Amino acid sequence: MITLTINGLKVQVEEGTTILEAARFLGFPIPTLCHQEGLSPYGACRLCVVEIGEEPKSKLVSSCTYPAEEGLVVRTGSKRVVNARKMIIELLLASCPQSKTIQDLASAYGVRRQRFRQEHEDCILCGLCVRMCSEQMMAKAIGFRGRGKERSVGTPFDVQPDVCRLCGGCMYICPACSLRCTYNEPDKAICNACANLNPPCIQKERFNDLMCYMSPCVACEIDH
Amino acid sequence: MERLRSSEEFETLRQHLFSTIRPEIPMVVIPAGTCGQASGAEKLIRTAQREILAKKLQEKVFLRITGCHGFCEMEPSVLIEPYRTFYPELDADGMQRIIHALADGKMVEDLLYFDPSTGEKIEKQDDIPFFRHQSRLLLAKNEKVDPLNIYDYIKNGGYLAFSNVLKNIRPEAVIDEVKRSGLRGRGGAGFPTGMKWKFLADAENKNGKYIVCNADEGDPGAYMDRSLLEGNPHSIIEGMLIGAYATGTDSGVIYVRSEYPLAIKHLTVALKQARHTGLLGTDILGSGFGFDISIVKGAGAFVCGEETALMRSIEGRMGEPRQRPPFPVEKGIYGKPTLINNVETWANIPVIMTNGAEKYTGTGSINSGTKIFSLVGKIKNTGLVEVPMGTPIRKVLYEIGGGQADSTGIKAVQTGGPSGGCIPSSLFEMPISYESFAEAGSIIGSGGMIVMDENTCMIDVAKYFMNFLKDESCGKCFTCRKGTQRMHELLEDISSGKGTMEHLKLMEELAIVMKDTAMCGLGQTAPNPVLSTLKYFKDEYIAHIENKRCPAGVCKALIRFSINENCTGCGACARICPENVIMGEKKERHVIDSDRCSRCGACRSVCKFEAIDVI
Ligand SMILES: Cc1cc2nc3c(=O)[nH]c(=O)nc-3n(C[C@H](O)[C@H](O)[C@H](O)COP(=O)(O)O)c2cc1C
Ligand code: FES
Repeated sequence: MITLTINGLKVQVEEGTTILEAARFLGFPIPTLCHQEGLSPYGACRLCVVEIGEEPKSKLVSSCTYPAEEGLVVRTGSKRVVNARKMIIELLLASCPQSKTIQDLASAYGVRRQRFRQEHEDCILCGLCVRMCSEQMMAKAIGFRGRGKERSVGTPFDVQPDVCRLCGGCMYICPACSLRCTYNEPDKAICNACANLNPPCIQKERFNDLMCYMSPCVACEIDH
Repeated sequence: MERLRSSEEFETLRQHLFSTIRPEIPMVVIPAGTCGQASGAEKLIRTAQREILAKKLQEKVFLRITGCHGFCEMEPSVLIEPYRTFYPELDADGMQRIIHALADGKMVEDLLYFDPSTGEKIEKQDDIPFFRHQSRLLLAKNEKVDPLNIYDYIKNGGYLAFSNVLKNIRPEAVIDEVKRSGLRGRGGAGFPTGMKWKFLADAENKNGKYIVCNADEGDPGAYMDRSLLEGNPHSIIEGMLIGAYATGTDSGVIYVRSEYPLAIKHLTVALKQARHTGLLGTDILGSGFGFDISIVKGAGAFVCGEETALMRSIEGRMGEPRQRPPFPVEKGIYGKPTLINNVETWANIPVIMTNGAEKYTGTGSINSGTKIFSLVGKIKNTGLVEVPMGTPIRKVLYEIGGGQADSTGIKAVQTGGPSGGCIPSSLFEMPISYESFAEAGSIIGSGGMIVMDENTCMIDVAKYFMNFLKDESCGKCFTCRKGTQRMHELLEDISSGKGTMEHLKLMEELAIVMKDTAMCGLGQTAPNPVLSTLKYFKDEYIAHIENKRCPAGVCKALIRFSINENCTGCGACARICPENVIMGEKKERHVIDSDRCSRCGACRSVCKFEAIDVI
């Protein structure tokens, strides 16, 4: 067992526990975007940062990937942490304002404006869909490609691969677009991942008894 | 050649090689690294070879092709051993004359180096200010060895340190020696090398461990690692051998940029020769110790130089950093403990083991040893300079570098590549050390030094680096990917005259968050170019924002060209103008139509009368 201090409270956790899990166990809220129970930690969105160590040598780390260490001192809501989170949310809002998840985060943290040039991107590259596909669906149908501004999610060569079972898991888990997907109109679909994947209900002849993750599914509603 | 089976056999080989040295015969040394070849060293080599053959001088003049010696500004150059005569900027004709003169035991006086500061010719390389003020522990060896010939390296004391370590010194004692030498990583962060080795030696693993040489050198304007790899690959192999012995490792990897074909070629040959000689492979020198090195070509991304991304890249996956801990010594390539050191760090190891830690700490004040810098930009003598730690920056720039290239003074020097910052001229007395650079808001990094004068716009510099980083960020971590993009956007606004004071505030806020929350070194240090220019050159930012003026005359949206009364009406500018917007009668003052001018600056570069002003 490892003993660490979170916001002044001592807590004992098993080896291998992340700071995020330990903090949530104690009931301290830490916002996350790219973390999901059941999927491996990834550390991409940086929303879950917490401050570790003693000042002035303290630093911020992503709690979802940082393992609990013996004697570690953690602050989950220090001024530095909150300021960083607000800036991250501002950056998210500037890129992806239509996402309900991000709007909720902004209102929870009192971020009322964003000062950058407004963009409307479909994907925040949190990688949830990629991990969902490979770790839960065992399909590995989608992945990342490119770097920097060119980085995107997609299928190899932008064609629907055989390994894709059209389960819809990627769309179900997406924090940026799941609430705006236009399932049966792939042309209008907004995130790169699902643009290449027709939902199963459209191809009923091929996939009739598939596990479908979409609820509510716009396609089904239109069908009925 | 038989594999050597013991240290004694190695010693016999050494003695044999020594007996073949003929110091009385002059040797023409031609540096032909990538830089040398680009400036025409190949032609000199061909001329020299042809001339020696034609005049049957094989027994009178020897020829050695080496890697870069450092004085790239003066290449293609030639050094004559043992007299150490230095001939800069030669052509085939000059080469021919030198060979003929050498055969008669003479010197070609009019081809010697001309010192612009004293107006005199200098004969010996070691008397030239550029070389005289350096301490060339590593670079001097580039002159001595033909990188394609392992015997050349052995003749110059190569592999002796390793053979001695293997026979007489316990691994722990090697690590202690490296620790005592005070050597710190030359790849960026400056982590104490001995300590890193100790971690690896202590790491238990039955399946093996790795040591890696990081030769991904991606900083714009830095090329010292390339020169070491090209000029003296065996010194890196020897360093890795010593490291492997000290830490109990059996596999090594050299991760080289694929943009360095010559370095890869020389390394491949060197590894092959070392294996043939019995200095790599199983049962090295009959000691039972086995170690081999493979080469992995880089994936062409700057971020692959970051150690965790580099390990993934070696495994054949996408070069993406991951969170540390676990550190590479805990969980590295294929999960095995891994040690990563920079090329220059490895090259320092044989020096330390040959001369001892005391001598090494004696070189350099504050931190120990020397550091190679690549001096580029608006400076007279560009090239590689090696100076002891603790040397003031001024000495590097003015005594070695020869000062500013043009009439305008040096304003600042950018160090440490994209992760570094700008150091203004007011701080040039500062000694070179990891700590002092950090205090000034920059880093030594891998050793790039880009010199800037009054014609350099600091906003443009910051924008350049931010543009580089926004393309090279791996894109995984949100604050790094979006942060660099947004920062670039803000800088672009400022340089195009759309900036406000709000921009500055937002940039500062964003910089703090990027530093705090990015996962790897790339994102954490990405704001440095902006922060350091903001710290020392805020007035330039303000001039761009409040006065809509670019003091250095660089930012196109904020400048205008106009022709003053110096104009003689020669028409050169009008002929070169790609937009055809310069008008005027012959022999009369011309005018520029500013509205249609694309501000390319072509007119300014052709005008012989300084008649074109930037306002
Ligand atoms: C973005 C980034 C790029 C890097 N590029 C290089 C590089 O090109 N060469 C290098 O030796 N180290 C580079 N490093 C530093 C390495 O991560 C590592 O610290 C170094 O290789 C360790 O060797 P050392 O202890 O000998 O300095 C880079 C680091 C970062 C964050
Ligand atoms: S939840 Fe930890 S970085 Fe995204």
